[in-house]
Amino acid sequence: MMKSKIFKVIIYIVNIIMAMIILMPVVYCFNVSMMDMKEIYGGNFWPSHFTIENYAQALKLAPFFTFIKNSLIVSFAITAAQVVTGALAAYAFSMLKFPGRNVLFMLMLATMMIPSQAIIIANYLTIADWGLKDSYAALILPNVAAAFAVFNMRQAFLQLPTEIKEAADIDGCSNFRFFCTIGLPLVKPSIGALGIYVFLQSWNQYLWPLLVTDTVNMRTVQIGLGMLQGAESTDFRPVMAGSMIILIPSILAFVLGQKQLVNGLTAGAVKG
Amino acid sequence: MKKKKTLFQTVEPYLYILPAFIFFCLFVFWPFGKTLYLSLSRTTPLGEAAQFVGLQNFINIFTDKDFYNSLLVSFEYAIMMVVFSIALGFILAVVSNEKMKGKAIFRTIYALPMAVSAAAASVVFMFIFHSSLGILNRVLGTNIGWLTDSKWALISVTIVSVWMNIGMNYIYITAALQGVPDDLYESASLEGAGFFHKHKDVTIPCISPTLFFLLIINVINSLQAYAQFKMMTQGGPSNSTNVIVYEIYQEAFINSRFGVACAESIVLFLILIVLTAIQFRLEKRVTY
Repeated sequence: MMKSKIFKVIIYIVNIIMAMIILMPVVYCFNVSMMDMKEIYGGNFWPSHFTIENYAQALKLAPFFTFIKNSLIVSFAITAAQVVTGALAAYAFSMLKFPGRNVLFMLMLATMMIPSQAIIIANYLTIADWGLKDSYAALILPNVAAAFAVFNMRQAFLQLPTEIKEAADIDGCSNFRFFCTIGLPLVKPSIGALGIYVFLQSWNQYLWPLLVTDTVNMRTVQIGLGMLQGAESTDFRPVMAGSMIILIPSILAFVLGQKQLVNGLTAGAVKG
Repeated sequence: MKKKKTLFQTVEPYLYILPAFIFFCLFVFWPFGKTLYLSLSRTTPLGEAAQFVGLQNFINIFTDKDFYNSLLVSFEYAIMMVVFSIALGFILAVVSNEKMKGKAIFRTIYALPMAVSAAAASVVFMFIFHSSLGILNRVLGTNIGWLTDSKWALISVTIVSVWMNIGMNYIYITAALQGVPDDLYESASLEGAGFFHKHKDVTIPCISPTLFFLLIINVINSLQAYAQFKMMTQGGPSNSTNVIVYEIYQEAFINSRFGVACAESIVLFLILIVLTAIQFRLEKRVTY
């Protein structure tokens, strides 16, 4: 018994050390955002006081509220769109029978094999051709549907007992009514998980917004952060303040939705 | 006895799929075809095909030292990423799977990097790596240019990427651990297996499908990395971090050589497809 107690303590210590290492960059980012120049040169880890000076400086250097507004609009639009297109397609792939179902499903899975970075130039040229550069449409349209969303929602629908749909069919409930009034409410946890995941992805995306936006007014938070970096290359404090500003929404979304997110992500994965 | 379906009943299922498929066609299949087409063309600086040149763009990139360098850098990066981020994810999953107080907090912390964007992680680590002000050199008592020395730059960016990726690996491995039957651990304990043996002999074989799945996902993600390279090193110093996506970006948007960039994109695509196929084969052989 003594041995297992020592083992427990060791595991606990290992966990605490690991947690500190993993958290360090975020904590350090917050700390630096609170520091004055003397503390930076002194190489301190902890700040000696709290200040919003660097945040004010960050907001002065770049229109962060505009970036946040843009990112929120784009991320919410993409999230809603992927949930809707994903749930609709997933419903057909899991609960309706029709010729070509498997072929179409494979075709859709094949889009997962085409990495987004490999087609990003062609997508950029399409958006430029359509004259959509520097618009919300440019930021949103390529992300309206995703195979991951369809696949994930399909897993959720497949877990519903088939008897529900059969009973509804006998009662003469139309497919669409079943989808709206019975199907969707039953897969709500999966919708929540998918929604948080897609929101995080959209909020954090970098290359696509960098390519299709030119003016400061259309930039998203991630690109805006790079602007701070360029503005005053030697002073890291406003950059860290900017990082904290853009981290808050994503960390909040993550912590609030963590349980659903984890369950949803791993539900469709290979069973261990 | 089957009733004859009305026209609406016949087409109805397809209507549900239609919205997603329209967008897949516009933004996945069509651009894929276009990339293929442009890779076989000489292009104008605006990205229009000017002339069909067959495999000329591919010949050009494969006779170019820089492209080989990008491939090499990308593979080095991917291998380091896969090894360290899966190993660390595994360690975190195992140590936080024991019964203890505060387990939920550890779990949240370990998965948290998933929520942090590449841009934010990059700027934080740029300061940590800063040669004169950075905390890393102060702690180690060194004077290394982590991001400016070509010996260290790729390793430094890899460290950031590993940190960013741990969360996802941790989540998947933790989920897989829940599926390992308890009686396997019990019989291992009865046979006198300690902590390390138990995990080597029971856990790893049991979760190997998840580990292979993560291997695929991590390689695919690593070969597509861009933001951290753009923000931290811009491919430098002396091309030591010029990964393939950064190279593609440079060719297309800095040098306006869209045909060449598309040829490089096709090579990237082929590499990912081959890797995925190999992984699937391996997965079948190992687990069944």
